[in-house]
Amino acid sequence: MRKKKHISAVEIRKFSAGTNLFFNIFLAIFAISCILPFFFIIILSLTKESDITTYGYQFWPKHWANTSYVYLAKMSHQVLTSLGVTVFITIVGTVMNSLFSSTYAYAISRRDFAYAKFFTIFALISMLFVPGMVPTYLIVTQMLGLQDNIWALVLPMSFGVYNVLIMRSFFKTSIPEAIIESARIDGASEMRIFRSIVVPLAIPGIATISLFTSLGYWNDWMNALLYINSDQLIPLQYLLVKIQNNIQVMTQQMQSGGSAIMTQNIPTEGMRFAVVVVATLPIALTYPFFQKYFVKGMTIGGVKG
Amino acid sequence: MKQEVATPENVSTTPQKKKENFFQRLWANRVFLMMVAPGTIFLIVFFYIPVLANVVAFQDFQYSDQGFIYSIMHSPWVGLDNFKFFFKSADFWIVLRNTVGYNLTFLLLNFFFAIFFGVVMSQLRNARLLKVYQTLMLFPYFLSWAILAYFVYAFLSSDKGILNHIIQSFGGAPIDFYNSPWVWPFIIIFLGVWKGIGYNSILYFATAMGIDPAYYDAAMIDGASKWQQIKNVTLPHILPIATLMLILNIGGIFRSDFGLFYLIPRGSGSLINVTQTFDTYIYRALTTTNDIGMSTAAGLMQSVVGALLIVVSNWIVRRKHPESALF
Repeated sequence: MRKKKHISAVEIRKFSAGTNLFFNIFLAIFAISCILPFFFIIILSLTKESDITTYGYQFWPKHWANTSYVYLAKMSHQVLTSLGVTVFITIVGTVMNSLFSSTYAYAISRRDFAYAKFFTIFALISMLFVPGMVPTYLIVTQMLGLQDNIWALVLPMSFGVYNVLIMRSFFKTSIPEAIIESARIDGASEMRIFRSIVVPLAIPGIATISLFTSLGYWNDWMNALLYINSDQLIPLQYLLVKIQNNIQVMTQQMQSGGSAIMTQNIPTEGMRFAVVVVATLPIALTYPFFQKYFVKGMTIGGVKG
Repeated sequence: MKQEVATPENVSTTPQKKKENFFQRLWANRVFLMMVAPGTIFLIVFFYIPVLANVVAFQDFQYSDQGFIYSIMHSPWVGLDNFKFFFKSADFWIVLRNTVGYNLTFLLLNFFFAIFFGVVMSQLRNARLLKVYQTLMLFPYFLSWAILAYFVYAFLSSDKGILNHIIQSFGGAPIDFYNSPWVWPFIIIFLGVWKGIGYNSILYFATAMGIDPAYYDAAMIDGASKWQQIKNVTLPHILPIATLMLILNIGGIFRSDFGLFYLIPRGSGSLINVTQTFDTYIYRALTTTNDIGMSTAAGLMQSVVGALLIVVSNWIVRRKHPESALF
């Protein structure tokens, strides 16, 4: 009964039919502008290379070709290596970050933790001040000795204060002290409480920060730009940066193979776009399903615990 | 210990807890301490030590093979020379102008467009279409600038780009975008706003959706038009949180989105003057001239001013809206 009334109220409160149509068109155009470039890139990756050189980039090519992908498969060594690096840092990094951020957040959200206040401030200070690119670079390369090491791509993002804040709000709002209290009266240890009660209840929150974090790792090229030299440690996003002006990283293995005729025919333009498609597709295919968690993270993050 | 835990009243009063000595207290909190340990180590290694390492801004830093600490101990102190060098260079004013100029523009445009989109979406009648729009609008937000650089290039490339095709088909002269500094402020601002709008508008959309329908009903009974309803009901509900976001974002006015300014212009030399910000300047100083002292000094200045701005803006928020303040 109440629900029915609510729905009819919603109808009246919205735009009038004419205005509604106008803003629908407006939003539709803007929304299309957000995905159109990606379709354009897919088309370009499927355009015949000679078409690109003759006519430039076109929304509808005269000749379609899958040669870019055929060559990509032939020279897949670098792309596969990069994909492997990206997948590795994304998985390992996300597990580390979610675990470390959640446990940190849980401890500082508990009133029984005598040092909760100290560790809250200890973490919050880092939001106020940025240590800077160069000092961080010096620490990672000089002190930790991680120059050209895959851990230089993982460790600098393996903990997130923003994630801690999201999780702290989450623990404070959705896990009542009373449940923890009653578990303790039943004799459960702190570790047991965390494992058996808190973690299962916190799954939606952990999902949110994991998604934020995995996206951060997947999209990271900056750490690779600073720390990585060897080809076998280049993540996918940094490969895109490197082939922006020079596709050699990908073609040199082929050249060392010796077939000069083949290297001449490499569809360098189309192949670049094919790599872009490979790097974008996983996000394009998955984010609509995870979108609600991002929205949730945004709204939880705003809540001050 | 067990008994103390079993009676909840003891937890808050804790008269006997104060008598515990330091080590007993540590031991009693061991599980929690274990939980914060990884994060604490991270913060020490990737925040506190790098913050201290900013002392190289006051040094003529020399690498040595004896380790980092040794290098710092044995590099000569130069006082404020690095800062002086940075401030006196012609780059400083360009970098300052670009960073602050772009950020102020982003601040105002994001503020305006995010509210506009949020409000419009909240008033739309078609719930399912709305969901589709929101999903599509979020797409660029999830992509890196490394990917978006290619999207942009497909449009702007001087010989192959689609934009020049269109210009030429209308009989215009093609524009060499990557060598035309004057278009870049528009390109950078358009891209920055375009990428973030789906995400930025969520907050205002959620706020507008949370307004009690009774307000609209009352306004309609009083004969308010849609525009009057938005002006007198929706916007007043959104404005407090919008002002808050605006003030909080002022703290970031000295920081810039490295990818947008570094990757999108594809390293074109003629665009440096309109795309160089603090972050790209520091990166270039580090990698091309390897001037550790000066690039650290530039970064330190950026961080200090940024921190001051955050403190000031937080102070303003605290006075107006204490529950929203960061600290």
